[in-house]
Amino acid sequence: MIRKLLIANRGEIACRIIRTCRRLAIATVAVYSDADRDALHVEQADEAVHIGPAPATESYLRGDAIIDAALRTDADAIHPGYGFLSENAAFAEAVTAAGLRFVGPSAAAIRAMGLKDAAKALMENSGVPVVPGYHGESQDPDLLLAEAERIGFPVLIKARAGGGGKGMRRVDDGMALRDALASAQREALAAFGDGACLIEKYVTHPRHIEIQVFGDDHGHAVHLFERDCSLQRRHQKVIEEAPAPGMSEEMRYAMGEAAVRAARAIGYSGAGTIEFIADASEGLKADRFWFMEMNTRLQVEHPVTEAITGIDLVEWQLRVASGEPLPLRQEDLAINGWAMEARLYAEDAGRGFLPSTGTLTHLHLPEDLARIDSGVRTGDSISPFYDPMIAKIIVHAPDRATALTRLAGALGNVRSTGVATNAAFLRHLAEQPDFAAGRHDTGLIERDLGTLTDSRPAPDEIAACAALVLSGMLEPGASLDPWDSLSGFRLWGQARHFVTLHHRDQHWQVSFASSGDGTWSACVDGKILSLTVRRTGETWRLTVEGVTTMLHIVRDRDQATIFRGGDSWSFDRTGPLDGEHETTGGGDQVVAPMPGLLKVVCVSPGQAVTAGKTVAVMEAMKMELALAAPRDGKIAELLSAEGEQVQEGAVILLLEPEDE
Amino acid sequence: MAVIRSQFNPKSDAAQANRAAMQAKLVEVEAAVALAEAGGGEDARARHVKRGKLLPRERVARLLDHGSPFLEIGTTAAHGLYGGASPSAGIVTGIGRVEGREVMIVANDATVKGGTYYPMTVKKHLRAQEIAEENGLPCVYLVDSGGANLPNQDEVFPDRDHFGRIFYNQARMSAKGIAQIAAVMGSCTAGGAYVPAMSDEAIIVKDQGTIFLAGPPLVKAATGEEVSAEDLGGGDVHTRLSGVADHLARDDAHALALVRRAVAGLNTRKPGTVVRSVPEDPLYDPEEIAAIVPASLSTPYDVREVLARIVDGSRFDEFKARYGTTLVCGFAHIHGIPVGIIANNGVLFSESALKGAHFVELCSQRKIPLVFLQNITGFMVGRRYETEGIAKHGAKLVTAVATTSVPKVTVMIGGSFGAGNYGMAGRAYSPRFLWSWPNSRISVMGGAQAAGVLATVRREAMGRAGRSWSSEEEASFKQPVLDRFDEQSHPLYASARLWDDGIVDPAKTRQVLALSLSAALNAPIEETRFGVFRM
Repeated sequence: MIRKLLIANRGEIACRIIRTCRRLAIATVAVYSDADRDALHVEQADEAVHIGPAPATESYLRGDAIIDAALRTDADAIHPGYGFLSENAAFAEAVTAAGLRFVGPSAAAIRAMGLKDAAKALMENSGVPVVPGYHGESQDPDLLLAEAERIGFPVLIKARAGGGGKGMRRVDDGMALRDALASAQREALAAFGDGACLIEKYVTHPRHIEIQVFGDDHGHAVHLFERDCSLQRRHQKVIEEAPAPGMSEEMRYAMGEAAVRAARAIGYSGAGTIEFIADASEGLKADRFWFMEMNTRLQVEHPVTEAITGIDLVEWQLRVASGEPLPLRQEDLAINGWAMEARLYAEDAGRGFLPSTGTLTHLHLPEDLARIDSGVRTGDSISPFYDPMIAKIIVHAPDRATALTRLAGALGNVRSTGVATNAAFLRHLAEQPDFAAGRHDTGLIERDLGTLTDSRPAPDEIAACAALVLSGMLEPGASLDPWDSLSGFRLWGQARHFVTLHHRDQHWQVSFASSGDGTWSACVDGKILSLTVRRTGETWRLTVEGVTTMLHIVRDRDQATIFRGGDSWSFDRTGPLDGEHETTGGGDQVVAPMPGLLKVVCVSPGQAVTAGKTVAVMEAMKMELALAAPRDGKIAELLSAEGEQVQEGAVILLLEPEDE
Repeated sequence: MAVIRSQFNPKSDAAQANRAAMQAKLVEVEAAVALAEAGGGEDARARHVKRGKLLPRERVARLLDHGSPFLEIGTTAAHGLYGGASPSAGIVTGIGRVEGREVMIVANDATVKGGTYYPMTVKKHLRAQEIAEENGLPCVYLVDSGGANLPNQDEVFPDRDHFGRIFYNQARMSAKGIAQIAAVMGSCTAGGAYVPAMSDEAIIVKDQGTIFLAGPPLVKAATGEEVSAEDLGGGDVHTRLSGVADHLARDDAHALALVRRAVAGLNTRKPGTVVRSVPEDPLYDPEEIAAIVPASLSTPYDVREVLARIVDGSRFDEFKARYGTTLVCGFAHIHGIPVGIIANNGVLFSESALKGAHFVELCSQRKIPLVFLQNITGFMVGRRYETEGIAKHGAKLVTAVATTSVPKVTVMIGGSFGAGNYGMAGRAYSPRFLWSWPNSRISVMGGAQAAGVLATVRREAMGRAGRSWSSEEEASFKQPVLDRFDEQSHPLYASARLWDDGIVDPAKTRQVLALSLSAALNAPIEETRFGVFRM
């Protein structure tokens, strides 16, 4: 068995692997970049080695530094986690060459599955069904257009290398193909260093169903059933579940068989996932699924499989890597209940899922209601350098309906401040009727995006409560001085206090006066409310017109976030001096909405632009982001150059002032 | 420390009657306060708000830190004066917390005759400055005033304690390092223009504030030049061209924020002049004071029952408890601040005066602030007392009270008659603050005594003229005197003339004392040098 394991990763997966190692009494070594000096995975590991600056290319992607760290700490194996070097054949080879064990498949298996078109050909030859498409070498737009017409629109353009939705474009007709191809190639080149793309049939009611497989070095291969990852946004998985709703035993058998066949075809050892696309336009049918790709690593969503099988997949990985045979045979495996996983991300669903960076000034995850896999805690930063995932929330229940209720409940108990999260969006999704009925497909989120990302406007009593909190009057004065402790004293009558606050684009003028005994008379934009606010430990009780609700309130200087039943609203107290140094969003400016790399500047000074035209493209958090002209006008000046790293709020270019 | 054990029975008939009597007096004061707070009335307030300006009390509320107490000074000033034309004397003054610092706020009420200065407005403004200067409180002036009230110019302009004194005070305070900050939020004409000009830092509100020595009509009359108020002395002119003001505010709220910013940057701290303890509530409910204090001033009661409802933990270490028992002296804490308390418990005898003087010496030596609870009919009269030298003993107390350097806070809790007023730190003895209860009475002597003295003089004169005087005639002679004394000794009459700093609900006495004392501790306590004590 492995004695000391180096984990070549960070965040939740590093922490998750450490957890299993602890149980198995395997020593752990973490690696970290400058940005992760105080990260949770570093704290949890027995040893930790610094491997470079914050950018992943200079740290977590530096195989040499990682192998060196393993040798220096006398580790005997390296677990790559997912992402980073997990599907890098050269790294797997180098690890082995250094005399260490690589917790994962052989370099050959990684290579075989790394290039999607080659992988498909291999699968096709092994009798695994594949989606019709063009997997050739040519990148000639004319030829690709002809191929697309042969396959039939709609088609999907995909990067030949890599995955994760990067370099993917759906194309509905021949007209749009060229632009989409160019953009996909650019993204693919940036992401994977290989701009080549392939074309496939686009399935209109697609379900993403994948099979977890496991192989060992003794010729065994099993599957651990399916996971349904059909809830996706821009090809990124959002909520995953196991088993798949509507799955017949016949189809499960067929898919499992195909997956094991695929694994055997490359002599697969370790954990892997065969991703299939299933056409659900007439329900799931055993003859309507096609091989998409194989991921030669542990998946993000592996915990749902763990939940329904009761197996620790990381333990199996370590056992297999140590040369042990698979602990169970296919006939020993069975599905128990239903599991769901939601990916909690630092992103602002209300603002087009813009990644949100900053400090998690408060983070409460519902550990009493769900399994939480997380790599951050209160006070940690979500940096622009890595994937902005905060946690995976995994629930397990006897049936799907109960699991869904639990998931929604757990999501309603996620409370964070400092960075925006998609918690409310996930909860709306967990309550979405089509999803609840198992009638979803991969297009559900895009179709229902408006409803799903709709945030409830803050009610007046919540605004009043926020005003009270931000006034500081609910907290007892710590000072001995009567000027601190005699809060709101007046010789005659009552003190009235004024607070101006806003939540997104809602603004309030609130004034309030104490009516004694924890009751306040508030005036919210002219409306009079009587509210009672009491605190018991971490929770607050707000009583309005005889109805008491439980709240959680997190205050961070001039910001108060109020959580009630899964909804949350962040209020900022605004003072008249706040606007003094306005830097963002003038009518004459194009401003970076987040920190990132300015990739392309599409305009030059003097050029006329129309409102909405893309003037620049940024890359931030691994996503491309088009910046549009705020109005019709002429470009006056470029303030940032292509290739420049820009801060949030940086002015990228100026328009000439409008004539009055 | 010794704890006062209350003997008070709240269920007694007397207690009920006392409470009812006090309640009636409170209602009277509350009505006067409501008039004061209404300023220039509905129409004037509506016009003011329509111009985009905040009302003065809202300006103050928005200037203060959230939750800050506001110790208002002279709320019912000018009550019943000038035919009721100047509620609260057209100016809001008081102490509040701004950016964690106690400051004196002086805010004109433009809804009251355009914020012009009546004689009582000047007196109130000067009193606020006096408090600021004595206690080291930065001053914030929220200016919105047309200057002197012209029909009353003779009582506003020429004398020492008239309009000009405001700017004299500003200069003197600035020289002492007491910050002077002005926000011009409306007119600031003629003499008033010196308020921002004499300030350390001045803010002016765009399109609202104007500062000029002479307004457009006067300029036209004098030189024929036609100019708008804004062009003559608006915010743009004064922050861009003249430099009379330093910061241009968009509106009232912005101006108040800029004032807060200025105060935040003062770089001063309250000195730790006394040793504070952890505050403790009294054992007995301060609300009971209303039922303890007899409805009639002539009914005696034990002032310790009041003390038990004012001081921390009802703890009171009495000094010379067995000597000069009509003056209760002792040490206590109020909201953690150590104090020496001097309270009347009957008429002053020589022993009481000597004890009081001794106690003032003790507090001065130890730099402990003094609290006077004044309920005094005067010094004992009669041959025996004159012979033993009660005048010189009284003088010792007066000397001690007049010359001590420790902060004094006086509360008129009952009668304040004659020389007792002096020995108990009446207004003339410059207590840092002087507050009155609604039941208090102040005059040179009681109305009945005055009527009696005048009737005696009259009867003797009539006797010399050989005329007789029936008891009915005497009664009708006395009545107007009684009525006048009754009117003029009323606390609202006193407060209207700023003989005190305001009327206080007895239940809030503890809080008012705590805030007054803590505010007073913004100034360091100097060494005391007493005058010659007549032995």
